[in-house]
Amino acid sequence: MYRVEKAEKLAAKVFQMWVCAPHVARQARAGQFLIVRIDQQGERIPLTISAVEDDSVRIIFMAIGKTTSHLSELKAGDTILDVAGPLGKPSEIPSNGTCAVIGGGVGIASTPIIARAAKAAGNHVTGIIGARNADLLILEDEMREICDELYITTDDGSRGTHGFVSDVLRTRLEEGPMDCAWIIGPAIMMKVTSQVTLPYGVKTYVSLNPIMVDGTGMCGSCRVVVGGETRFACVDGPEFDAHQVDFDTLMQRQRIYLREEREALDVYHNDRCACRENGLHD
Amino acid sequence: MTDRPADERVHDFLEVDQGLTPATAVVEAERCIRCKKPTCVGGCPVEIDIPAFLAEVASANFRGAADIIKRDNLFPAICGRVCPQEIQCEGSCILGKKGLPVRIGALERFVADWEKEQGISLPDVAQPTGKRVAVVGSGPSGLAAAAELARAGHKVTIFESLHRPGGVLVYGIPSFRLPKVVVEAEIAQIAIMGVEIRLNHLAGQSVTVDELLSYDAVFLGTGAGLPFFMGIPGENLNGVYSANEFLTRVNLMHADRFPEFDTPVARGSRVVVVGGGNVAMDAARTSRRLGARVTLVYRRREDDLPARWAEIIHAKEEGVEIICCANPVRIHGDPEVTGVECVRMEMCANDVSGRPEPQPIPGSNFTIDADVCIEAIGQGPNPLLIRQMRGVEYGPKGNILVDEEGRTAIPHVFAAGDVATGAATVILAMGGAKTAAKAIDRMLREE
Ligand SMILES: Cc1cc2nc3c(=O)[nH]c(=O)nc-3n(C[C@H](O)[C@H](O)[C@H](O)COP(=O)(O)OP(=O)(O)OC[C@H]3O[C@@H](n4cnc5c(N)ncnc54)[C@H](O)[C@@H]3O)c2cc1C
Ligand SMILES: Cc1cc2nc3c(=O)[nH]c(=O)nc-3n(C[C@H](O)[C@H](O)[C@H](O)COP(=O)(O)OP(=O)(O)OC[C@H]3O[C@@H](n4cnc5c(N)ncnc54)[C@H](O)[C@@H]3O)c2cc1C
Ligand code: SF4
Ligand code: SF4
Ligand code: FES
Repeated sequence: MYRVEKAEKLAAKVFQMWVCAPHVARQARAGQFLIVRIDQQGERIPLTISAVEDDSVRIIFMAIGKTTSHLSELKAGDTILDVAGPLGKPSEIPSNGTCAVIGGGVGIASTPIIARAAKAAGNHVTGIIGARNADLLILEDEMREICDELYITTDDGSRGTHGFVSDVLRTRLEEGPMDCAWIIGPAIMMKVTSQVTLPYGVKTYVSLNPIMVDGTGMCGSCRVVVGGETRFACVDGPEFDAHQVDFDTLMQRQRIYLREEREALDVYHNDRCACRENGLHD
Repeated sequence: MTDRPADERVHDFLEVDQGLTPATAVVEAERCIRCKKPTCVGGCPVEIDIPAFLAEVASANFRGAADIIKRDNLFPAICGRVCPQEIQCEGSCILGKKGLPVRIGALERFVADWEKEQGISLPDVAQPTGKRVAVVGSGPSGLAAAAELARAGHKVTIFESLHRPGGVLVYGIPSFRLPKVVVEAEIAQIAIMGVEIRLNHLAGQSVTVDELLSYDAVFLGTGAGLPFFMGIPGENLNGVYSANEFLTRVNLMHADRFPEFDTPVARGSRVVVVGGGNVAMDAARTSRRLGARVTLVYRRREDDLPARWAEIIHAKEEGVEIICCANPVRIHGDPEVTGVECVRMEMCANDVSGRPEPQPIPGSNFTIDADVCIEAIGQGPNPLLIRQMRGVEYGPKGNILVDEEGRTAIPHVFAAGDVATGAATVILAMGGAKTAAKAIDRMLREE
């Protein structure tokens, strides 16, 4: 059992939570993730490790489906049955260069830990974070503190530059050289934004989010196509060379359980107590 | 036979084989003629004293029988159910030459289940030695090693990456063959013996290699959990699974009870399973229980099917169609699977394994309508941890090289089970682990 230390809402449907999980916190590095299973009936879902402090790790998630909705209702003092990690490979951080860390939507959750590691390795770090509107923008203050410069975009212009992170990135690339960039967000955002760095020869990483089960390389659910080859995102990634990733296959495979996900959420909202009151089935 | 009728069992996940009663067990055990040189014992990888335990069963001393079995095998309720007895103990029973061999597996299971009902007597645990041993993985090999080491008085910590101990016994083998309560009960024993199991700990990540090496000895029982894919077009379509994923979703995550349990699985109405081993049979029979029509495609001949004989019979009884001498070449769909295109195979000259090599017959392609395709074509050791263990030597298939007592090339690090042998069997994993544990014990005592 792992205790929720702190839980709060960051934006519409977006929550941050600190969970005490010493075995994860001790080893966690930028770019890695963990897997939670809330209770005996729960699904194992992967979430990025967004910050670490002592024995606790921070997760940030959007309540979009059954598990994230349930998670969003947990309060400080509640417990999560299982937390496994850290999983995946850490980010490959260069030293003494120029880096950009770009986040879109909840993908911004992954940016501070990478930006911090890049900064610590002596890089000049540009942050670019964007959301649909000002209400959905998260971690602005934290990123401003870490990065040498921070750009904000919103799709509707309610905060920062009116437009997409890709627009700001393009402008930034025209102004001067960049060694390395991380682009993290919804698959379509990563696909479009990584096109921008291609002509500039910038080493670009994306963090892929296929559907996972074990997160240890045992099932193959998380397989993605990178450079024409099948790779397992949970052990070979989750970060990959953006310019080699087949995003269309990723997006197609993310949709496998659309029907079941809707059903699970409906059942959860309609009679969420009924099946949990019966106690544990196993 | 003691199997429930196929048309009944295909609707549930309850155990197929209902086991013997005390009366039928005694009668069956009486068939043993107590050979002077019992060939059956040589067929058992852990050399259980089979005639001795059968004699106790024949005189209805089931507790005595259990004690004899447990001298060599601490997990008889599991082995009695899943060992490929027809090529091991029963395959070597002298009575099998002319008629039916003694049903050693069923009797072993009966004794174990009987003892569980009556209350298990735990093996004696030696005085604490003060030595610490790290065991990685809680599959059959990790459990067997931990039990043996705990019995010898060492402080054992198991690291398991999943949220439940048992390895393939819980995530792979379905409950209609091996009820999970049986596995839990056997695992509970080793907890009582003082073994600590740390779940959600992925060695190599949550626990570093250096931390592992700070123990007095390390036992690697990480298994062969990395699924192979065929590498044919269409493999990333929605509805294509590795057997590992499909079985894990159902066995470990209970996707058969979605949405009561949160994990879904694609419920195909027509499922094609590729492969011919135990894993393929389990995937096929599980799919039948989820309500699908199931076709199993195997590239060699029916006689070559590597699965346990009982599972092949069970699968057929349950309505699994088996197409032999055929191999998939492409999976059709957009983006959901619509069919699996196969080519017929013919058997040619013997290959390296000594079996005739299957070769495709050009122009013989045919397509099976399907909405789910499950690949069960084998698996190899997961490289995640072992690639980080500098100094370990591997075989061509990524398996760890060990000597006959489980020593790896790194001092104090031992390995057994599927990670050393490649995908094999429960009892071989346990047997190898026991040998390694004995060697570890000797090493720790000599130091
Ligand atoms: C390595 C990794 C790190 C991740 N980090 C985070 C994170 O930090 N914060 C966060 O909010 N989410 C993260 N995700 C995505 C998160 O795991 C899924 O959104 C989660 O499974 C949703 O569970 P659910 O039951 O709430 O929703 P579900 O019912 O499973 O899904 C609801 C909706 O989410 C979509 N969806 C399902 N799975 C995914 C997925 N893997 N990626 C994107 N969309 C998906 C579905 O299409 C559906 O529309 C990460 C995924 C991976 C693989
Ligand atoms: C579907 C299926 C059906 C089978 N049917 C039979 C049968 O009927 N009869 C039979 O005899 N054999 C059968 N087998 C084979 C048998 O299950 C295996 O040979 C046996 O389980 C091997 O045991 P093991 O301990 O070596 O590995 P596993 O059972 O694979 O256990 C390894 C464990 O280690 C854990 N692990 C791996 N890496 C790490 C890490 N880095 N850190 C922490 N933990 C880790 C895994 O999560 C797992 O729990 C079957 C196999 C499958 C897949
Ligand atoms: S352990 Fe397996 S091989 Fe040995 S006697 Fe028991 S069933 Fe037979
Ligand atoms: S070979 Fe058969 S008959 Fe002989 S001792 Fe073994 S079980 Fe009994
Ligand atoms: S999630 Fe199972 S192999 Fe990656």
